[in-house]
Amino acid sequence: MKAKFLIPLLLFVVLVGFLAVGLNLDPHEVPSPLINKSAPAFEVPQLRQANKTFSPASMKGQVWVLNVWASWCVACREEHPVLVEIAKSGLVPLIGLDYKDKREDALTMLEKQGNPYLLSAFDANGRVGIDYGVYGVPETYVIDRAGVIRLKHIGPITPEILKQKIYPLVSELQKS
Amino acid sequence: MKPLFLAFASILFLQCAFANDAAPLADDPVTEQRLISISEEMRCLVCQNESLAGSRSDLANDLRREIRTLIKEGKSDDQIRTFMVERYGDFVLYRPPVKPITWLLWIGPFVILVIGIAVLLGYLRRRNAVAPSKALSAEDNQKVDALLAGLGKDERDEK
Amino acid sequence: MIPEFGHYALTLALCVALIQGVLPLVGAHYGRRELLVLARPAAQTVFLLLAIAFGILAWSFYANDFSVLYVAEHSNSQLPVVYRFGAVWGGHEGSLLLWIFLLSTWTILVSQLSKALDEFMVARVIGVLGLITSGLLLFVLTTSNPFERLLPAAQDGRSLNPLLQDPGLVFHPPMLYMGYVGFSVAFAFAIASLLSGRLDAAWARWSRPWTTAAWVFLTLGIALGSWWAYYELGWGGWWFWDPVENASFIPWLVGTALLHSLAVTEKRGGFKSWTVLLAITAFSLSLLGTFLVRSGVLTSVHAFATDPRRGIFILIFLSLVVGSSLVLYAWRAPKNTLGGKFSLSSRETFILLGNVFLVVSAGSVLLGTLYPLLIDALHLGKISVGPPYFNSVFVPIMIPLLVLMGIGPWTSWKNTDLLTVIKRLWLAGLIAVFAGIAIPFIMGQFTWLAGLGFLLAFWLIASGCLQVIRQMKIGKPTRSFIGMQVAHLGIAIFVIGVTMVGAYQEEKDVRMFTGETVTVGGYQIQLMGIEVVPGPNYQAIRGTFSLTKNGNSQAFLHPEKRSYFSSTMPMTEAAINTSLTRDIYVSLGEELGDKAWAVRVYYKPFVDWIWGGCLFMALGGVLAMSDKRYRLKLKRVAA
Repeated sequence: MKAKFLIPLLLFVVLVGFLAVGLNLDPHEVPSPLINKSAPAFEVPQLRQANKTFSPASMKGQVWVLNVWASWCVACREEHPVLVEIAKSGLVPLIGLDYKDKREDALTMLEKQGNPYLLSAFDANGRVGIDYGVYGVPETYVIDRAGVIRLKHIGPITPEILKQKIYPLVSELQKS
Repeated sequence: MKPLFLAFASILFLQCAFANDAAPLADDPVTEQRLISISEEMRCLVCQNESLAGSRSDLANDLRREIRTLIKEGKSDDQIRTFMVERYGDFVLYRPPVKPITWLLWIGPFVILVIGIAVLLGYLRRRNAVAPSKALSAEDNQKVDALLAGLGKDERDEK
Repeated sequence: MIPEFGHYALTLALCVALIQGVLPLVGAHYGRRELLVLARPAAQTVFLLLAIAFGILAWSFYANDFSVLYVAEHSNSQLPVVYRFGAVWGGHEGSLLLWIFLLSTWTILVSQLSKALDEFMVARVIGVLGLITSGLLLFVLTTSNPFERLLPAAQDGRSLNPLLQDPGLVFHPPMLYMGYVGFSVAFAFAIASLLSGRLDAAWARWSRPWTTAAWVFLTLGIALGSWWAYYELGWGGWWFWDPVENASFIPWLVGTALLHSLAVTEKRGGFKSWTVLLAITAFSLSLLGTFLVRSGVLTSVHAFATDPRRGIFILIFLSLVVGSSLVLYAWRAPKNTLGGKFSLSSRETFILLGNVFLVVSAGSVLLGTLYPLLIDALHLGKISVGPPYFNSVFVPIMIPLLVLMGIGPWTSWKNTDLLTVIKRLWLAGLIAVFAGIAIPFIMGQFTWLAGLGFLLAFWLIASGCLQVIRQMKIGKPTRSFIGMQVAHLGIAIFVIGVTMVGAYQEEKDVRMFTGETVTVGGYQIQLMGIEVVPGPNYQAIRGTFSLTKNGNSQAFLHPEKRSYFSSTMPMTEAAINTSLTRDIYVSLGEELGDKAWAVRVYYKPFVDWIWGGCLFMALGGVLAMSDKRYRLKLKRVAA
């Protein structure tokens, strides 16, 4: 009969265990359901050359990185130097998706800070962003040769993320 | 007198002329109703904890616009939910889908309730066989009276 | 200089609280009277020191001392004086200081009003409270010091979140914390009795008024929060099942169970172990709630700014306090003797059944609140658990409880003849069914949910009225009896409010030009004009709307859209016209092209009965607390 009096304590210990683990998690981070699924198709005008369009299909056969950005996004400015690094290294093509932006503002930002993108697709009303599950800029996707999304990073890319996550994945995908 | 009357009459006339009914904000109230009931059960992803129906953020506006389009295209509620989950995951649904990992969540409370009632009634039955009838409670009462010494008969329990 | 005094006061308070916590408990254990008698003076000293610290913090806000970091982060020279005072508890550090100050307030009340209590018991109770106070003070001094300096001092502060610049803010947290913290008294009594090894009905009698008082405050605190959200957030909702709301509701449910369980233990001497466990649980849930709100573990609109260090500290504190009490419980509780015998059909059984429902409902709200964390911790993904879940689970569990509530008070202690009870209640059942069918039709539309709501509410009302009538025939009803009737009536009123609003509210979203009218709930609302109005620390766009029914002008409503100087987001201040039977709620949206405005209007029938019901519940508690048997004690103390 005595054992039953220990039940509350046991339940509490389990609870504290979960809470302790919980302290290390971020409730705001939303994992993407698009991982290992085909990158959603779209065709939108390009940022610079408005008479041309861009579609992810055109990147089939290559491993590439899609970076969602906007001129009004402060964090995008933080990550910009890292993107310029990627472009300089030439390891992987970088395509931008200019999200809910004004053309002039976007072009001005690229002028001032440098343009790391091969090209930027212009998503004026955010429709493409919705298909990609974008909820906060900047967001970055690594897409393989078959057009399947392999990684989604939410938030600005830091040099550590680049070194530890993105580059290793890119080289692995490029081998196949 | 006359100018006053005219003035008064014209104000009245203007009031009547302006007593129009305001137009609904939404183009189609029926679609709007469905939009509200669907988006009420979805989370606004950029907010701390608001529904997609209530949030005024940019993304929420965009997503509501998207859902409106889907409704007009004739999609069912389930199809719309699937659309959202495909892009944002289960996290976007305020009503957790019923799958093995949420069985505990949905069924748990009711199971515990039934078990609790059963345990209580079972325990009470067993207790009745063991517990003494009168003596202890009278003793307890005396203890209480002794503790509150001097308060006499007023302190008797009511009914 | 002065803020440093505040800091010293806190440090001193910690030292004295440690004395208050440790020595009396040691004294009680070894029977050393000279240590026991330290309890009261120590508690008084701690209270004084904390009052000084709190006063200094309040003064720093009043005097706009922006060299204090906390003041600079939460206040502003343009902030009206009242809100400067409310800002004292607008952030983590200050609200924690409020928590501790209120804890010492309860402690000193216990110390002053317990003259008739056995001194060993007093020492233990004050000792336990002292340990809790020490732990929290340690937390504040190491991770959340409200007196930390900002040097060089800021020119002006960042100001209070405009949402919080409201009378509701001034009262909601203190009221809520009085409740949260008040459960510590029941907790301390429970621990004291476990420590003494003597768990008798006297303990229950002593705990009861304190627990009721805490419960009353918590009821009012939650109601105030709900009402505040309703009129402040601009969208007419009154409960969102937000994790922080749940964090206050779960202890309330367990506290309600505790109140009723204490009745059984006091009257019949039974179920002491269960009652003690509930007392420990209620306060543990208060602490858990504090953890959830401040640790960043859950997503919530209410969450304070988070810092992992704080989360870890609170978790350790929580583990120590609750863990050690549960160990003590497991060790000492089995030694209890059983109380008096009672049959399966008796008032005791009904109360305990009610307990099961309340505790299970509390558990399900807790489960729903923590489930996302659970799933994430097990790396099974990320899900959300929101209002649809809670409404689907909580409501069905409450329904049988409401039925039981109508029957329980008719049953006698020890043994009752259920057939007699049913015979007395058939009229109430009839009234309930009639109400359940008639009222929806009167309101214009029958739905099963509405019918059920009215049936349950009137079941409670009718049962209560019949009880009162019967009691009047027997003799003068006690305060305790009246208290119960009023509190249960409060629940019925609450259910009516919820059912009415849920089933019959009307909402219209319109585009309005000046002069246009929108009709809702039988009322005409006409936009008379829009003007710009300056405020103390904001600029407002204010609309003037006339409210008419059948051509009779009822009122003018002035919703505003405020742009606070210190914030970029405009705030919507809804205009509400209140009466006993409905609220008309007008909210100004965005300005659309060509001088038209988006306006949202609501007709909310009986919505104020929701909070009115809570008021009745609280009133019932106060009446019960002021019952003769407790008042006699006070008289004795004064003499």
